[in-house]
Amino acid sequence: MATTTLLNTQKKESRWGMTKKNVIWKRKDLLGLEDLSADEIALILDAAKSFKEVSTRKVKKVPTLRGKTIVSLFFEPSTRTRISFELAAKRLSADTIGITANSSSVLKGETLKDTAKNIEAMNVDVVILRHSTPGAPHLLAKVLGPSIINAGDGAHEHPTQGLLDLFTIKEKKGTLKNLKVSIIGDIAHSRVARSNIWGLKKMGADVTVCGPSTLMPVGIERMGVKVTNDLDQAIEGADVLNVLRIQVERQKKGLLPSIREYINLFGINRQRLKNAKDDMLIMHPGPINRGVELTPDVADGPCSVILEQVANGIAVRMAVLFLVTGGKE
Amino acid sequence: MDILIKDGYIYDPANRREGNFDILVSCGKIKTVAKKIKAQASKVIDARGKVILPGLIDMHAHLREPGREDAETIETGLSAALSGGFTGVCAMPNTEPCCHNQEVAEFLLKKAQVLGKANLYPIGAITKNREGKELSEMSELKNAGCVAISDDGNSVKDTAIMRRALEYAHMLDMPVISHCEDTDLSADGVMHEGYISTEMGMKGMPAVSESTIVARDLQLAEFTGARIHIAHVSCKESLDLIRAAKAKGIRVTSETCPHYLVLTDETVKSFDSNFKMNPPLRTEEDMKALRAALKDGTIDVISTDHAPHIESEKDVEFNYAPFGIIGFETAVAVISTDIVSKNIITWNDVAEVMSNHPAHILGLDKGSLGEGSDADITIIDPDEEWVYKRDEIKSKSKNSPFIGRKFKGRVKHTIVNGDIFPI
Amino acid sequence: MTLRGKSKLMTKEALDKAVMRISHEILEKNKAIKDLAIIGIRNRGEYLAYRIADNIKKISGQEASLGILDITLYRDDLTEVAEQPQVQETRIDFDISGKDIVLVDDVLYTGRTIRCALDALIDFGRPHRIQLAVLVDRGHRELPIRADFVGKNVPTSLKEVVEVRLNESDGKDEVVICEKE
Repeated sequence: MATTTLLNTQKKESRWGMTKKNVIWKRKDLLGLEDLSADEIALILDAAKSFKEVSTRKVKKVPTLRGKTIVSLFFEPSTRTRISFELAAKRLSADTIGITANSSSVLKGETLKDTAKNIEAMNVDVVILRHSTPGAPHLLAKVLGPSIINAGDGAHEHPTQGLLDLFTIKEKKGTLKNLKVSIIGDIAHSRVARSNIWGLKKMGADVTVCGPSTLMPVGIERMGVKVTNDLDQAIEGADVLNVLRIQVERQKKGLLPSIREYINLFGINRQRLKNAKDDMLIMHPGPINRGVELTPDVADGPCSVILEQVANGIAVRMAVLFLVTGGKE
Repeated sequence: MDILIKDGYIYDPANRREGNFDILVSCGKIKTVAKKIKAQASKVIDARGKVILPGLIDMHAHLREPGREDAETIETGLSAALSGGFTGVCAMPNTEPCCHNQEVAEFLLKKAQVLGKANLYPIGAITKNREGKELSEMSELKNAGCVAISDDGNSVKDTAIMRRALEYAHMLDMPVISHCEDTDLSADGVMHEGYISTEMGMKGMPAVSESTIVARDLQLAEFTGARIHIAHVSCKESLDLIRAAKAKGIRVTSETCPHYLVLTDETVKSFDSNFKMNPPLRTEEDMKALRAALKDGTIDVISTDHAPHIESEKDVEFNYAPFGIIGFETAVAVISTDIVSKNIITWNDVAEVMSNHPAHILGLDKGSLGEGSDADITIIDPDEEWVYKRDEIKSKSKNSPFIGRKFKGRVKHTIVNGDIFPI
Repeated sequence: MTLRGKSKLMTKEALDKAVMRISHEILEKNKAIKDLAIIGIRNRGEYLAYRIADNIKKISGQEASLGILDITLYRDDLTEVAEQPQVQETRIDFDISGKDIVLVDDVLYTGRTIRCALDALIDFGRPHRIQLAVLVDRGHRELPIRADFVGKNVPTSLKEVVEVRLNESDGKDEVVICEKE
């Protein structure tokens, strides 16, 4: 009999082996989409598809992460991201604890590192961090053993939001390649915009950013996006409009003359959409300022996939939790 | 004690001397500079292959005492300075209490004198408590030993106060060292505003927040006739203004720091707060402009802006970390490795920008290797390769972006008033 | 690890025959086809399930419900594997409550896959009955699990590996037994 080295065959024989692609997830942490390759992003999106099915079952729970402890450490208020992560963890049977650290421990003089080290000492497997400072999760990833998931660091990145946006678009359009995606609003202060730009560009989409010049950060075009201040231009030919939340405080800081003027220039209503493609998707990371960036009829209209984004968020976060807990990087 | 330094290569721009010479030091003064000195000396230094510079003077440093002795003291600061080849250090007045009166200046000088390490030159505040509201008693400060005035760390925001400060300092012939920053433009910023800050979602400090105040202060200097020294220039916009002002005859001098000559805002991508300083590291283009300005004389001085911070304050989220890095012990090495070795300037230029020019601007009888001068001498091995290690830092704080960096060029001896400090 | 090809256990003809026989046996034991559901375990069980469902349709003229189960999320060895395996979609788009389910897999070995599959199925509802059909039963059970329908019983040693190759995934139909070296 012939002797053969059957590494491939071995994989096929393995009862678990489903070797669709040769990409293997090795990361301990998910800090941002800037660091990920297109293959890694595709891997998460594929996995999320399977996890989405779990949420449609009667028993919305699988035992995959049984015995793992996941802590969400939120230094900024957030309802939806936190709930989404906690539901994702619970549906994977992990134990979750949510800590809203606001400034209480900071006021006591405890540093972020101290807080996190204390949490680590309790044998936690994953820390989900929301923080107002760019790089805070990177700081923790350097010193902590548990996996770190960035749930938003200042205006830097919000990778799971980026991924769920990509997932939603891909689900609706079949692909991301060559799609025209326009991101509208406060680009300068938006971590959602940055994660979307990194992710979309890596997956071959064509990205335009649109907003008032005072909310457009310098040099953004070097990220490979088209820049415009003209909403009609951003809408025309777009397959997707991802509309960002506008913080009303921006007006006080002198970045906008008034919300009224913002609505006139960048608010999206049915009239503004008259030249839009029929099958254009409208997305929003939430929470929506109804009547500011989107009128209610558009937010709730047929193009809107805003609530599907919310549902997909859980699937994507389940996929991320599943992958990082196996990452040994 | 007599010291004989044999066969070193001397750069002494003050006396237009360059070449292999012996130096005999006696009674704290340079006694003889000549080829092949035959004399008995209690200490002989074989300086073959070494670079001999007039003692380096750092025009811009923070020694933290009084107030933040946990970060640095006069003793640790001056030890670190000696280790980095500095025979003289200017202490910026942003201490607690602020150096805005005679007592603090005298305290500093007295303490330094007792220590007998590097020379210390206090800089007084422009305004009381550096608040930018009322002028400090500059004459008293001058009498107490202050060599210049500055509100460093703060920009004098009120243009009228800046005008009066320049007029008053002019009367006393004191240079005004200006930290140029429009804090409305740079508000909440933590790094240079540019593509990298956009990528990272960090609040930026635009170059124009520096250059607008440079422009203002140059106009005020022209108007008042006073001498102005622009501290830590970081961007090309400022350089263009300074170059034009010099051409016009305005009495302006300027400085930059080693880190602005070798690092850019790209480094911030590491989220390491040891790349956070004010003004911030700027772009490659700015870095190149600074190198060119150093070469063409627009930049007169290299200072360190040595700014010690304790680890627990620095090792936090980037936004919360204080600005500044230590610099005494790496300045010569950085300049040697990345500037002199790359033929941007010569060692003779280094003697000018790190010794002769600072002495001249501050009115110090220093910066010369002439016979009869104070024996302040820095001896450098330009070829020694070494690695800057955290454990070997003499400064009390360790906030340096250069830890672990391999350098070529190392200070071997620092001689202050005839006393040798081996490194 | 290298594998040495040892011998062919089943040819394409034998494999087809075995699948057909299993299909007949399933029909004998499950009279009410409207309550019958064939659920294949990914990957090769999926393809075998398709074949069985096709056979049942040919024989009886009626269609049994068909589902695919990915058991990755129920594995008991996730903490031990080097990196997370790829998760694939589970597709059971009918209510399994009250159904007579036939789980289909290629090789029955330790029984752990089937344990996972049973856990997974229970999360979908409360079936009337769950049966198990496998192409090859090679022994060495680690759990109290047995198959109701078996294509071929093969006594093996622990050093041996049984490979089911199917046209859909491997380009040909056969079962071979190899030895680990």
